[in-house]
Amino acid sequence: MGFTEALARAWRIARALLLSQYALMLEYRAEILLWALSGLMPLLMYAVWSGAPAGAAAGLSPAQFARYFLAALVVRQFTVVWVVYAFEEDNLLGRLSPLLLQPLPLIWRYVAAHLAEQATRLPFVALMVMGFVALVPAALPPADPVRLLLALLAMHLGFWVSFLVQHAITMLCFWSERASALERLFAIPSLFLSGLLAPLDVFPAGVRAAALHSPFAAMLYLPAQLASGGPIDLAAGFLNTFAWLALLIPLNIVLWRAGVRRYAAMGA
Amino acid sequence: MDRPLAAMRRIIRSLLRFWSASLAVQMEYQLNLLIELLAVLGNLAGSVLTLSLFYDHGQRLGGWSWEAALVVLGLYTLLDGISSTLLQPNLGELVKQVQNGTLDFVLLKPFDSQLWVSLRTWSPWGLPEIVMGAILAQVGVWRSGVRPDPQSLLMAMLMVSSGVLILYSLWFVLAATSIWFVKIWNATEVLRSLLGVGRYPLSAYPNSLRLLFTTLLPIAFLTTVPAEALLGRATPSWMLASAAVALLSLAGSRLIWQLALRHYTSASS
Repeated sequence: MGFTEALARAWRIARALLLSQYALMLEYRAEILLWALSGLMPLLMYAVWSGAPAGAAAGLSPAQFARYFLAALVVRQFTVVWVVYAFEEDNLLGRLSPLLLQPLPLIWRYVAAHLAEQATRLPFVALMVMGFVALVPAALPPADPVRLLLALLAMHLGFWVSFLVQHAITMLCFWSERASALERLFAIPSLFLSGLLAPLDVFPAGVRAAALHSPFAAMLYLPAQLASGGPIDLAAGFLNTFAWLALLIPLNIVLWRAGVRRYAAMGA
Repeated sequence: MDRPLAAMRRIIRSLLRFWSASLAVQMEYQLNLLIELLAVLGNLAGSVLTLSLFYDHGQRLGGWSWEAALVVLGLYTLLDGISSTLLQPNLGELVKQVQNGTLDFVLLKPFDSQLWVSLRTWSPWGLPEIVMGAILAQVGVWRSGVRPDPQSLLMAMLMVSSGVLILYSLWFVLAATSIWFVKIWNATEVLRSLLGVGRYPLSAYPNSLRLLFTTLLPIAFLTTVPAEALLGRATPSWMLASAAVALLSLAGSRLIWQLALRHYTSASS
């Protein structure tokens, strides 16, 4: 098979997967709206930070907080990952076996589902952004197309970091029935160190340095800070993101291969 | 219908049976205890760290001292533990029963259906959170230099109970709407994230939100008001309001349940 044929085939598969998953997700748009609404935490944190004397003492104005938390809200919406729960359910209900027979690595089905879900979220997120900007006009990001494009790129890479981290945990489903419990543990540092509750700039220096070298900063802080126009070390930020991706991709391949070899269907 | 006292005894006896059975089931997963302990400690450390950011450079949050704010955070943790112990397992089950049509069997049982769906099971894994929350609140009260007398302690306990009842009503009403909307479980995630408001004292929020959190979504009565009571500075009017809101929301949950049941048509019909 030539390269162009392979590419055409990949495109056909991707298109079919994305379109079918999108149709599936549209069925559940009410549910997805509720998921979207459950990500309103950054707005509440904005409400607290904008009035907190500690924010002003750290040298951040209410407008800066508004821009940061609006960006954090958007980034969070498009980096949320739930592959471990979907996989665990498929595994427990015995849906995994027929899926494994398909001549397509399973991961792409879940990736397509996530991307389709993000597309379904898009209008809800747009409404939330418009609502927030109407209430707090200062939240509008500075019109800097380069920075915004970089922020979009960082956001999508952040999604991949989150996805691959959770997918690695998901692969432990092959060994244990409680992989989602492990995910619960991992979600804790991700909540507190990603910058969702406070920009990393207000953290004590030691914690901030650790967070900046963690995958959590790649998931939220880097794209949010980029979009909100705050000061950021671009090279170091993207380097951190790519370093984690370089680590996570081989790790996922190894775990997947070892896991599939162990797979013996539920109840067998 | 049997006499009230006998009925009550029967309910309590049944509940004890249910709970020992669910405990036996959960004991199959002992590794969970370790995971839950780690999760509770991690969450607590993260929450305290986040709270401490507001106290950098000697600043205060909403006029509350660091120790007093710890009481609020402790009560939040305690209530979150109660959610994991009772509300989430039971009301999650309710949503599933509506989806699968097995709610029919519950309605046929000679047992109050609201009590059944609310208290049928429990999960021991929320207990560490309850204990840690209570300890944190205790530490906050102690370090604030408050030594509550028995009477104010009793009042504080009443306020905490009101908070629990309000929390229950919020969860229950949401879960009960699954009778109309079926797939509603995600809505509890919205509720959980909104309840996160209770991590900080009410005065940390702007005025417009304060109004919202005392009336439409009475989160103030979950943590801030009980914390004020524990610190011995709650005013009688707040206490009365808290009790009134608790009773109202409990009555509201009953009303919604009856209304929902009237609309219940079982699965696939």
